[in-house]
Amino acid sequence: MDKYTLTHLRQLEAESIHIMREVAAEFENPVMLYSIGKDSSVMARLAEKAFKPGKVPFPLMHIDSTWKFSEMIKFRDSYAKKMGWDLIVHYNKEGYEKGVGPFTHGSKVHTDIMKTQALLQGLTKYGFDAAFGGARRDEEKSRAKERIFSFRDSFHQWDPKNQRPELWNIYNAKVHKGESIRVFPLSNWTELDIWQYIRLEDIPIVPLYFAKERPVVEYSGALILVDDDRMPKELADKAKMKKVRFRTLGCYPLTGAVESDADTVEKIVEEMMTVTQSERTTRVIDFDQDASMEQKKREGYF
Amino acid sequence: MDTNETLDIKTFLDQDEKKDLLRLLTAGSVDDGKSTLIGRLLFDSKRIYEDQLSALERDSKRVGHAGDDIDYALLLDGLKAEREQGITIDVAYRYFSTNKRKFIIADTPGHEQYTRNMITGGSTANLAILLVDAQNGVITQTKRHTFLVNLLGIQHVVVAINKMDLVNYSKEVYDKIVTDYKEFITGLDIPDVNFIPMSALKGDNVVDTSKNMDWYHGECMLEFLENVHVSSDRNFDDMRYPVQFVNRPFEGFRGFASTVASGVIRQGDEVLALPSRNKSKVERIIGTHGDQEYAFPPQAITVTLEDEIDVSRGDMLVHPDNTPRADRHFEAILVWMDEEPMDPETQFYIKHTTNTTKARIDDIRYRIDVNTLEKTKVESFGLNEIGRAVITTMKPIFFDPYEKVATTGSFILIDPVTHNTSAVGMIIDKLSDSELPTRITDMDREKIKRGEALVSEQERQKRYNQKGHTLWITGLHGSGKNELAYTLEKQLFDLGATVVLMDGSTVRSGLSRELDHSPSDRAEHLRRVAHVARLLNDQGIITICSFISPDEDIRRQVKEIIGQDRMHTIYMNADIDFCRKNKPDLFEKADKGELKYMPGVDEEFQEPKQAEITMRPEENGKNPEKIIDYLNRQGIFPAE
Repeated sequence: MDKYTLTHLRQLEAESIHIMREVAAEFENPVMLYSIGKDSSVMARLAEKAFKPGKVPFPLMHIDSTWKFSEMIKFRDSYAKKMGWDLIVHYNKEGYEKGVGPFTHGSKVHTDIMKTQALLQGLTKYGFDAAFGGARRDEEKSRAKERIFSFRDSFHQWDPKNQRPELWNIYNAKVHKGESIRVFPLSNWTELDIWQYIRLEDIPIVPLYFAKERPVVEYSGALILVDDDRMPKELADKAKMKKVRFRTLGCYPLTGAVESDADTVEKIVEEMMTVTQSERTTRVIDFDQDASMEQKKREGYF
Repeated sequence: MDTNETLDIKTFLDQDEKKDLLRLLTAGSVDDGKSTLIGRLLFDSKRIYEDQLSALERDSKRVGHAGDDIDYALLLDGLKAEREQGITIDVAYRYFSTNKRKFIIADTPGHEQYTRNMITGGSTANLAILLVDAQNGVITQTKRHTFLVNLLGIQHVVVAINKMDLVNYSKEVYDKIVTDYKEFITGLDIPDVNFIPMSALKGDNVVDTSKNMDWYHGECMLEFLENVHVSSDRNFDDMRYPVQFVNRPFEGFRGFASTVASGVIRQGDEVLALPSRNKSKVERIIGTHGDQEYAFPPQAITVTLEDEIDVSRGDMLVHPDNTPRADRHFEAILVWMDEEPMDPETQFYIKHTTNTTKARIDDIRYRIDVNTLEKTKVESFGLNEIGRAVITTMKPIFFDPYEKVATTGSFILIDPVTHNTSAVGMIIDKLSDSELPTRITDMDREKIKRGEALVSEQERQKRYNQKGHTLWITGLHGSGKNELAYTLEKQLFDLGATVVLMDGSTVRSGLSRELDHSPSDRAEHLRRVAHVARLLNDQGIITICSFISPDEDIRRQVKEIIGQDRMHTIYMNADIDFCRKNKPDLFEKADKGELKYMPGVDEEFQEPKQAEITMRPEENGKNPEKIIDYLNRQGIFPAE
């Protein structure tokens, strides 16, 4: 590598930082949606770099479905505190009080009420005009054509037929009052890039990503961790100890574990390079209906 | 796994993290075998990756499960589904890596109606793969793609001559296509053109060198992509640093954050800030992992300067002996991206580097037919059309020709009403000012002669999202008119309305300064107010006028000036006792005769007979809302 060439990771890093600064400069009230996952961890690190030596000029917002792995919540709070982030946690109070959850209401209803609706409530409550998300184009077919600056109408809806052309590194940030932009600074990163960057930068991540003996049960064809006592007893009773890790993190009843021995970042990367299944196959929610991701995105989900 | 082996994997990963990035564009239609090619690159490179890694490991892992049964149809089906659902076939980005490079493929459809998609995908590409069906040779589509690639300044082209299996792997067929293509590109400026004969379907010369074409001695596609040298494409000579974000986190630190657009910036460099032309020296360059001595594109850095000079977003730091052009007039190649055709009257937003201002298309030199390259004089552009145009901006911008510095030579035009990205442009070498047409067209001159505005009422309505109307609040001294007027203004403003408020004290302290409160002077005073309101309404602005205006005749006259259907009378109906309580001093003076012409005391206040809205001051907490609701129902704000 000569002295005027950047590695692929440094190029991706520079591109993401450019995007974040553009948003900070052009929008009045941006927010970074923080899911506590590995992509969010990378995204937050990039934001810290972008505004160094200053503080990041926008808050983090976590949409808490109230069904996240307990280790995630622990990690979130200690990370935000350590890095001095302004952290907003929003959950759908009404849904919570009605006891909405995946075991009782199914994944579709749960996702709609506790994630999509909660997100829209949170965005509306604080009047954010731009929201960063950690989604990547390699995750899923419908994301492959999504813009980095993805326009949402005043109902937070995405219209895949009517996207703004996006050229060079010039981003169209013009919105009318009430409209907003979802911004995906990690669009061009792949899952492998994320892991390589975590290794390169030594970014802390939720321990659930590393393989460990954990109590899991088979549920809807996936390995589900027994994370708390809200899991129906007849299911929890079937739990077996297995050495598993998680490729993605979400609501614990909806996120399948994979059997793995990868207990270091190196081993995870190694595993990455040889896996043949896409990471979203471990998310139960995607199996609801055909083209489900595109449908969810139109409705305002990330 | 023993220690040795772990070390090997670490070394492997250390290496792997250091590979570089190649962005490429693939153009061609499904019929040319584009999806098959991409499918092979995606899947077969994965297999190679895996093999590489397994070689490191002693124990045998599962190998080659990507095997021979690769379902390329997956990708094809993706496109088909899009078509059936009627979703715009768009640029899709696809990713793969080998242990030498990471690749980002902008996969764009080939047909003419997707020109804008190809331009979008190509804008960030270092290299283009153009697919040619060996059975058909160089066709119109190939020429069109080459033209677009050339327009975008992509330096490396690979002509993938595909389906060689269907022409018996014939060298003659290949040679003819090569000759035809070379002939076609004479005169175009593409420095690096390559030809690879292949069969994506059979796997010839895609990932592995073909055994069926021993007459071909060049690299196969993947080898070529891994080895092509692209880093020298970047411009390291002309330093351009368009300031993106001013970082002032604490006292004593003022950093200018941005991405180096071109050239190399070093600590200690003397820099010139544009447009102020103030000079200073680079003090620190803060990179993504600490301070660095120099920076180059596309690094995202933060620069601090030795002196406190005024620099803000949209300004540019350059070397004093190498400056870009600073001008409001320039010529550019425009590509129309919007379904809405170009309206020559529109004032667009132009976003150029980190700078946004207004721009107007003064003249179209010609439109280029993307198939024949013929030039035609036209008045306007439609979707996917390309041509050369003259543009004028409101503020000067700092630019270079696109072919010299792509970042400072490119821009987008944003529709002021819909906010769509209407067009994108690439700046070409500036002509001398005298050769550029003037800013005002002949049609505009005619209009100005007739005293007509160049902006229509509809355009103003769309821009402001409101109709220019007047809310005329009438009522006694102390009736709570002003309280209503000011809270209403604030609430409308917060909702995004553009509002001007006028009341007695502000107008009388300036515009009507020489007038007193006598009935004749009051009539003149209100006549002036009415004319100002009318002017503002003509500009599309809502006015709130808060005046006692006690006389029905005068109010009628005011309404005639402003316009019958544009003025809405709001009567603040307060009891006289309420008013007296509110403004005791004033009424006391009037009672004593120290103040003359006081409506409600020594002069009559005529209640308006036809007020659109009547309000009570006791309800002033809710009154603004009622008026906003009224405006909404009338379609005044937001405009229907």
